[in-house]
Parts: sequence; C-alpha cells; structure tokens
Amino acid sequence: MKLAHNPLLAELLPAWRARAMLIIMMVLFGGLFVRAFWLQAIDNEFYQRKGEERFSKVLPTPASRGRVLDRNEQVLAMSTQVSAIVAEARPSRTEAKAKANPRDIGAEKLSAAQIRQLADLLDMDHREVARKIPEQRGRGYLKRQVAPDVAERILALKLPGIRAEPEYRRYYPHGEVSAHVVGFTGMDDKGLEGIELAMNRPLTGQEGSRRVITDARRNVVEDVETLKPPRDGGDVRLSIDTRLQFLAHSRLKQAVAEHKARAGSAVVLDSRTGEVLALANWPTYNPNNRAQLSGPPLRNRAFTDTYEPGSTIKPFVAAMALDAGRYSFETPVDCTGKLHFGRYAIGDAHPHGVLSVAEVIQKSSNVGVAKIAAQFTPEEMWRVYDQLGFGSPLKLGFPGEAAGRLRNPAGWKPVEQATMSYGHGMSVTLMQMARAYMVLARDGDLIPLSLTRVDTPPINGLQVFSAQTAREVRRMLELAAGPGGTAPKAQIPGYRVAGKTGTAHKLEGGTYANKYIASFVGFAPVSDPRYIVAVMIDEPSNGMHYGGQVAAPVFSDIMNATLRATGVAPDAAMPPLQMARVSVPVKGVP
Amino acid sequence: MLRLHVVLIMLLLASAISLVSAQHRSRSLHTQLEREHQRMRMLETEWGQLQIEQGTLAAHARISDLAETKLKMHAPARNQVIVLDSPEAVQ
Repeated sequence: MKLAHNPLLAELLPAWRARAMLIIMMVLFGGLFVRAFWLQAIDNEFYQRKGEERFSKVLPTPASRGRVLDRNEQVLAMSTQVSAIVAEARPSRTEAKAKANPRDIGAEKLSAAQIRQLADLLDMDHREVARKIPEQRGRGYLKRQVAPDVAERILALKLPGIRAEPEYRRYYPHGEVSAHVVGFTGMDDKGLEGIELAMNRPLTGQEGSRRVITDARRNVVEDVETLKPPRDGGDVRLSIDTRLQFLAHSRLKQAVAEHKARAGSAVVLDSRTGEVLALANWPTYNPNNRAQLSGPPLRNRAFTDTYEPGSTIKPFVAAMALDAGRYSFETPVDCTGKLHFGRYAIGDAHPHGVLSVAEVIQKSSNVGVAKIAAQFTPEEMWRVYDQLGFGSPLKLGFPGEAAGRLRNPAGWKPVEQATMSYGHGMSVTLMQMARAYMVLARDGDLIPLSLTRVDTPPINGLQVFSAQTAREVRRMLELAAGPGGTAPKAQIPGYRVAGKTGTAHKLEGGTYANKYIASFVGFAPVSDPRYIVAVMIDEPSNGMHYGGQVAAPVFSDIMNATLRATGVAPDAAMPPLQMARVSVPVKGVP
Repeated sequence: MLRLHVVLIMLLLASAISLVSAQHRSRSLHTQLEREHQRMRMLETEWGQLQIEQGTLAAHARISDLAETKLKMHAPARNQVIVLDSPEAVQ
C-alpha cells in the first residue's frame, strides 16, 4: 500500500501526545462533574426555585375586619365576605386555533349569549358587561361587592376568564341611627369616618399568606409553609347603648321636624363612668348606601360644630362664685335695670328685682350673672373655663373634633367678660358642654369621656369645684327646671331633674342675626346624678325659639326614656296619675 | 449471602411502596383539610350574614315602626298609667 510507505506514518507518534489528550479529556469531564455537583448540591437554589415556581403557589389567607359592637354586644358594624367578579383576558390554548381563526388571537371570547347570561346574573346591562371585558390582555372588575350566592351561580357557568375574588363588605344593621358614631369604611375596608376611622388600627385585620403545592388541576396538594399567619381585626366595644341611641335619635328627629329647625344634636353621658351612651345628630345618613356618603349630613355636629352656648354656661359662674366663698346660695344680687359698659348695655328679657344667687340661675338673669362675674379677674374666670375643657379639643381621637373658642384672658375687656359670663363671645361643642356638666353631676370633679365601654371607671378626676359647691349648684339647677324656673318642661314625673336652658343668637358674618340656637343641658336623678343629657336645636323657626320651649321637652323625653330603660329607681313622689290599691286583676282600664 | 440480599431487597421494596402510599395519603388528607377549611370559611361567612340579618331585623327603628304601623301600639299617655300601690298587687 502506498500509504504504508508514507514516511510520516512510519514514524511512531510520541507517547506524550496520547497521554496529553487523555489528560485534557479527563480535565474536561472533571469540569463537568464539578459543575454538575455544584448545581446539584451546593448552588442548587436557583433551579430549585425555578422548578418550584412551576408547581408551587403563594395564596393569600384572608383576614376580616373586626366588628363594632355596642355596650351590650349588639352588632353596629360588621364585615362579611362577598366577591368581586373579575374578567381576565386569556391567551388561546392552542396556536393552531389562533391560526384557524385570526380574529381569535389573544383572547378566548365569550359568546353573546354567555355575556347576556352573565349580565342577567350581575343585574347589569349586557353592553356594559361586554365593554368591561378586556380585549387583549389584562383584567378588569365587572362588578364589586357581589353577594356570595350570586357569585357562586356565576362560577357555576364556568365561563373562561371569569373569576371571583374574595373581598369584604361592611354592613351597618342600625343604619342612620348610629351613623355618626360608627362612621363608615371605604371600598378597600379602611375607615373613613367616625369610630371606623378613629379605631382603624385595632379593627384592621392583617392578611396572611401561605405557600402551597398544586397539582395539574390547580388543587392544593400540600401546604409547604405559612409565610405569614393571618390576623383578624379585633372587635371594638363602644360605650353606646343602642336602645338609648335609638331613643335619642328618634326624639331629636321629631323635634327638628316639629320646630322646622336646620339641625340638631343630642348627647347622653353616664356621669359615673364618663361613657358616651348616645350621640345623635340630625341630619344624618345611611352608611349602607354608598351613593349618598357626602355633604353636610356626614357632619358629626356634637363634635365638630361649635356654637355660642348662651345661658347654659351660667351655672359655672355661680359655682365659681360659691367656690371662692364670696357668695352663698342666698346672697342677694341686684338685677334691676341694665348694666352699662360704654356704649354697650346688658339687660334681661324680663326685668328682675333683687334676686338671690340661686334665683339668678333659676330665672337666668344676664345682669345678675354678669355682676357676679365682675367680682372676678379675667384670669380667674378663664382658669375655670379652661379647667372645664372649653377652648381645647376633647382628644377622643374622633375625626374633626373642634376645640371651640376661648380667648386669652389678657385681652378681655370688662364687657367681654360680662358677655362671656352668659355664654356669648365664646364657642363650644355640645359634647364639651355635656362633659362640663359632669362637674355638677359629680361632686365637682371631671373625668375623661370615653366612646368605648369602661369597666373600671376612674374614681377621682380633676377637681374643679368643691363637692359642697357642686351640691349647691345642683339645687339651683333643680330650681331652674322647676315650676318657677326657665324650663318647667324639662320635668319628668317620678324623678328629680336639674338643668339649664340656653337660647343664643347665632353669629352670622360678625353680627348677631335673628336666628337662634336653643339648648338644654341637665342631669338626673338629682338625689344621685347618673345621666347627663344635652340637647341642641339649630335655628328652630316654627314660632318658638327658647331653650325652655324647644330643647327642654326633648331633654325630658330622652332623660325619661334613659332612666326607665336603665331601671333607675324614681327619687321623687310620682304625681298621682291614677292610683289603684287593688288586688283584683287590672283589666279594661282605658 | 444471597438470602440476605433478597431479604434486603424485599425490605427496600416494601419501604418504597409504603413511602408512595404514605405520600398519597398525606396528599388526599390535605385536600380534605383544604375542603374543610373552605367549609369553615363558608360557615363563617354565613354566620356573619346571619348576625347582620339579626341585627337588621332587631333594629330598634324597625321594631318601633312595626309596633306602630302593624300592631297599632303606642306609649301610654299619662292618664292611662295606673300606679299600683299595694305590694301584693305587683306580681
């Protein structure tokens, strides 16, 4: 063979070349082995993760928002699970199908009949439904807050791309009655008003998440780990008593209609614990109806609207006078004529003669109370008003709480001090006024208010007046609500009540208009005061505007209902209505 | 020696099969657990709805409205109230 004669072939290759090749190949194989080992045992995370992504999923674990309860565990607000119906554009399953029908690229379309069926279940127009289904990609809500049974029927249709996502909807069983206290939440279950906003944090639940392994049919086959345990929101138990809330609400509503008033508020406090038992405002709104959640009805007037309190402030001036020891219950005060301050004159609607301090309060004499106030420096008076809480917000955490206006005493002129003694030239909220009366209903001390249930009430609060003073002013206020006072209509058969009327002109653009705010603040039973009721009617315009005519009857009814509903024993002789000393069954009595 | 091998192989097989069956059981139990969880959530939802329903039906506004319109009830006027004096009568 020719080849055999090739001298090159005849030459033997050097042995090292074969060995070198062998070594190179072994090194390369070794490299592969090392790499394989590296991926398999040491740096295995990346592919492991990639693999898991194919079959593992992170699912959210829903957590619900806490309930809002009244003091007796009645539900005032509660979330329940509903569904959001979502339409998702779905890529077609097969390319072939897409080729067969070029218009079908991108999404599996629902037929017109299917859309109509869907629209019927959703109670929507079918054109709207068709418009809301995304064409190519992405997703959109068809309808939110759908009831669970409706959602189930929709899912049963098994329409491609139509899913239900869990979400919560909040219900308020008592509707407008407790709307201002409870407030409401937004679409995303976050508090926007009232307690829902003030207590948003404790109420909010925390959604958890877990990692699961799913099979081809997307059934969960294994819980791998809980990434975050869900935490349901806590319940909030309010101090509100739904029964009293309803009584206050309906009586206030009636009074506002009867007197053709613009608005009104009523507050019921427990003077022993500082709890707010009822808080009603008119106008109000229905928190279940999202369409009308705006405008003036949302205002929680008892907290956010300030007004000039008028005569309801007078008892505090009397208390200040008694407390300083400069006056007693019987000290005479000359209330004849008018009190002149430069070009201003202060007078009484009905002129009085010489009155005792008690009578000044009973008959609500402006002249008398201004004369008493004149015996004190502006600083002394300011300190009392400030301690009573006027001019500073209550800090209950309620949205939009107003502070009211109480000016610095350094700038008070004598006439201003005089007007402030009968509640003009300063402004307060109804809630502040009701709380200030706690000083008189209790033995001269003031405890903080609470909108949540109080199980261990504070024993001693801030002492503003002595207990003796508080007792004497209580007697004055009982006279004011008695036959010779300004508000005999505040009386309740069977109970001793005490309270003070207020009739204040409204300030409009800096001048006093011929519009009024009629108010009444009082407490009962006088022998051992338990409840404080404050009522304010804004612009009564049906012929009557005095606090004694407009607000006192409302006070009387709310207080009466409160005392009876809570079973407080009568402390006055029941005026004989029809007495019966009988042992025969009482039947057929008209 | 051979017998030992056979025994070991049998043991290995048994263990492998029991592993598979254990895995299967664990999965089906888990699916069941999932189903029960779902049922729990559904019952919770239902309970919530019932609470709301009860609250709505028992709302004072509704009760007083029904009492006045349907049952024609009203609070007694003062002259309709009789105070019973003797303690025996109050039973």
